[in-house]
Amino acid sequence: MRIETDEPEEIQLNMTAMIDIVFQLLIFFIMTFKVVAQEGDFNIKMPLASQSTEQLEFEEPPELIRIMLRSGGQGKINTINVDDDIQAQTFGPSETMFAELTDYIERKLAADGDPESTEDTEVEFDIDFDLKYSYTVKAIDAVSGKVVNGKTKKLIGKVKFKNSANDG
Amino acid sequence: MDGISKYAMKFNKKQQSKVLEGDLTPMIDMTFQLIAFFMLLINFSEVDRAEEISLPVSELAVPPDGRPDYQIILNLEPGGNVIFEGQRIENINVMGPILNQEVSNAERENVAAADIAVVIRSHADSPTGLVQKLISKCQDSELQSFSLRVKEYVNQ
Repeated sequence: MRIETDEPEEIQLNMTAMIDIVFQLLIFFIMTFKVVAQEGDFNIKMPLASQSTEQLEFEEPPELIRIMLRSGGQGKINTINVDDDIQAQTFGPSETMFAELTDYIERKLAADGDPESTEDTEVEFDIDFDLKYSYTVKAIDAVSGKVVNGKTKKLIGKVKFKNSANDG
Repeated sequence: MDGISKYAMKFNKKQQSKVLEGDLTPMIDMTFQLIAFFMLLINFSEVDRAEEISLPVSELAVPPDGRPDYQIILNLEPGGNVIFEGQRIENINVMGPILNQEVSNAERENVAAADIAVVIRSHADSPTGLVQKLISKCQDSELQSFSLRVKEYVNQ
């Protein structure tokens, strides 16, 4: 005689197909994964020549600091010349010339005494054609701010290149 | 008595055969978490960034906040070749028609030329003059907003 039990039958799902797909997905993502270094931007505004003259009629022009980056051959930097219409200075050639440039910008903004001077001051770079781009970025870095004890101190936010790119 | 105990032993030994099943739940949980992790980090915009470009390093560059309405990414090699959308253009001077095409594409999406973000990914060893030349070419196509892309400096 057959004895009936009250226990319900255990329903078992077949997981094999799902696990197969899941593993294939996992392998796909692992194979296509690339560790990429974080990238950042320096924003530069390069208004068109006609537009910039129109704007000058209505807006007060920002205080301009001209920075000339001079190449010393093989694309390496030789000197940094700074002219802010009051005084002209030359930094380098030395290892610390970019730090000196940062100190100069910091001193200048502090001397203005205006907390908004970081917004009202603009830097125009005049760069030798063959100077390596990494030095240009270093110079932009130097005028944009400095890192003190892990905190960023912002200096000048407005950066532009001199429009005439001589073909060197 | 001996005979009874002999049969009892036989009944005790009889066992039901069972299918051995490992508990797969933790493994599946982990696998799904791994898939979610890789899905979130995967970057399909590889066409825009040329791997051969070694960007200069900067401490102060700000990571871009969000994607602009329309952007053009120009990769500049030290020799002056421009890589745009996976295509290598060997002379900056022939960039004009390509940029004009991009500007008209953006206008079709109601983005003005002045609002197009031009991202310049130049190799660290490229002459800066070439970067300026590229910017100048972009300006000829009414482009005004430029970003110089750099690699973030990681303090070891």
